[in-house]
Amino acid sequence: MNNQAEFVKDLVTEHGTNRESLLPILQAVVEKDRFLSENAILKIAEETNIPAADVYGTASFYSFLDIVPRGKYVIRVCKTITCAMKGKNQILLALEDFLKIKLGDTTPDKLFTILETNCLGWCHKAPAMLVNDDVYTELTPNMVVDILSAYKAEADKE
Amino acid sequence: MTTKTKQLNRIDLIFKNENDCKEILQKSFDRSHEEIINEMVNSGLKGRGGAGFPTGLKWKLTAEETEKKKYVICNADEGEPGTFKDREILTRVPHKVLAGMAMCAKIIGAKEGYIYLRGEYKFLVPQLRDELKKFHKIMDELNLDFVVDIFLGSGAYICGEESALFESMEGKRGEPRNKPPYPTQCGYLNKPTVINNVETLAHSYTIMKYGAKKFRELGVKDSWGSKVFSVSGDTPIPGIYELELGMSVQDFVDDFGDGDTKAVQVGGASGFLVPRKRFAKSHIGYQGKLTGVSLPTGGSMMIFNSSRSMYNVLNNYLDFFEEESCGQCTPCRVGCQQLLKGIKAVKRGEKPAAYLDKLLKLTDTMRLTAKCGLGQSVANSFSSIVENFREEMIY
Ligand SMILES: Cc1cc2nc3c(=O)[nH]c(=O)nc-3n(C[C@H](O)[C@H](O)[C@H](O)COP(=O)(O)O)c2cc1C
Ligand code: SF4
Repeated sequence: MNNQAEFVKDLVTEHGTNRESLLPILQAVVEKDRFLSENAILKIAEETNIPAADVYGTASFYSFLDIVPRGKYVIRVCKTITCAMKGKNQILLALEDFLKIKLGDTTPDKLFTILETNCLGWCHKAPAMLVNDDVYTELTPNMVVDILSAYKAEADKE
Repeated sequence: MTTKTKQLNRIDLIFKNENDCKEILQKSFDRSHEEIINEMVNSGLKGRGGAGFPTGLKWKLTAEETEKKKYVICNADEGEPGTFKDREILTRVPHKVLAGMAMCAKIIGAKEGYIYLRGEYKFLVPQLRDELKKFHKIMDELNLDFVVDIFLGSGAYICGEESALFESMEGKRGEPRNKPPYPTQCGYLNKPTVINNVETLAHSYTIMKYGAKKFRELGVKDSWGSKVFSVSGDTPIPGIYELELGMSVQDFVDDFGDGDTKAVQVGGASGFLVPRKRFAKSHIGYQGKLTGVSLPTGGSMMIFNSSRSMYNVLNNYLDFFEEESCGQCTPCRVGCQQLLKGIKAVKRGEKPAAYLDKLLKLTDTMRLTAKCGLGQSVANSFSSIVENFREEMIY
């Protein structure tokens, strides 16, 4: 927890306490923790002097600023029309099958979360998904297995 | 009646390999602000983000504001389903976009600019930062006090709406503001702000370089120039194409369709569905005097062949709107939910087919009473799909 407090403090020193800094600060916490805990929100409010309710209210508006715990790797599968037409459901099934969890859930080892998201802007290379900030396009169920295996291997090394 | 329309014409301007931004800016800076604004106005360039507001006029109005602090913002939120051309422009020719921003800053008197980049494109940040380094060096050499930074979005389509975008940059929920006042008077931090789409800014560079007259050699009245289109769906050649404005949907389908095209969605989920029987009569451009329908567009062209269910398409769009509505005003928040529930009930036979007419009336109300473009434009796809493919909604 002390670590968290230090981290938030440093962020506020870097970005400043005005309201325009709020989103960048929230984004940096999510990048590290993959979600905004109650503690993080309170700490940000304290350090920036922005009411905690406003910090929460802002965070909860944005789909990438999660306020529930997520895995180390957050998978967001595009569900908008072209991806839906080009096999999004098979991709989702392959993910669920490989990770043994359902859409919206996080693996017990806290490594992966599967979510759906709106248009990622890769309709010409559908179906597409994000794993954290990395983009994967023209997916097939086989590719999904390879991609996730690589992330697993990366996590094992750490 | 003969009006001017255009054959489908592939253009190579935006992505053309040109590395003379410094020279072009230098030349433009030597001219008077009035001359540059006139050049922009005369070009007839209209915003490429969807709404099609005349860019020269936007710059002029902001230049006339006496407030000391002003901003230039590049809208790279690109969240409209089926749109991906802005990312390509920012990847391949970011220097042209930045040159457009610098020109605008010089004219209106802004010292700070921002690129509002959607969170989904975060992977672009390192290369954009490299580009910004080069750009700021050019600004130094040209003696222009103008700095551009990147502001990242966090996954909210509504933040592409200009006033929601300002709210978001100000650290708040991305909820659109009432208009007026417009951004030219009261934008980011309530200061006069020019906000332009990525592509609009890149076209500004082209106009500075080649002049308004050259720009108007392409396109048709009220829709001058070329436009970058994002082509997806049932096409053998999905991708990004720069095309001359004014073409008919028929010509587009002849080139891009798979031979079995049933309908084309022009302008993304907030745009219109054009069924086959209207291909020949519909043209791509801004409001004007073309025969038939003239369809403004942010450049999203989604092609559907006869294997696709239009019910599924509409269901997908409504699902999108229902999730992305900021929830601030009732017609949109409740309207989107009711439309989604309504078409499902009709499909399942729980409501009679005539219920669709009630839903159409609801979209009329939304068009009139919703606070921003999101809620107002749900009617576009809803009515164009339900009216043209009514039987698919029922059976
Ligand atoms: C719901 C909604 C979403 C929008 N999203 C975008 C967007 O992603 N990119 C964009 O350039 N304009 C978007 N716009 C239009 C902007 O509000 C604004 O008109 C545009 O950025 C102005 O630039 P332009 O005149 O160069 O097109 C959106 C509008 C609405 C109502
Ligand atoms: S129309 Fe929809 S998106 Fe726009 S302000 Fe109202 S609720 Fe928000």
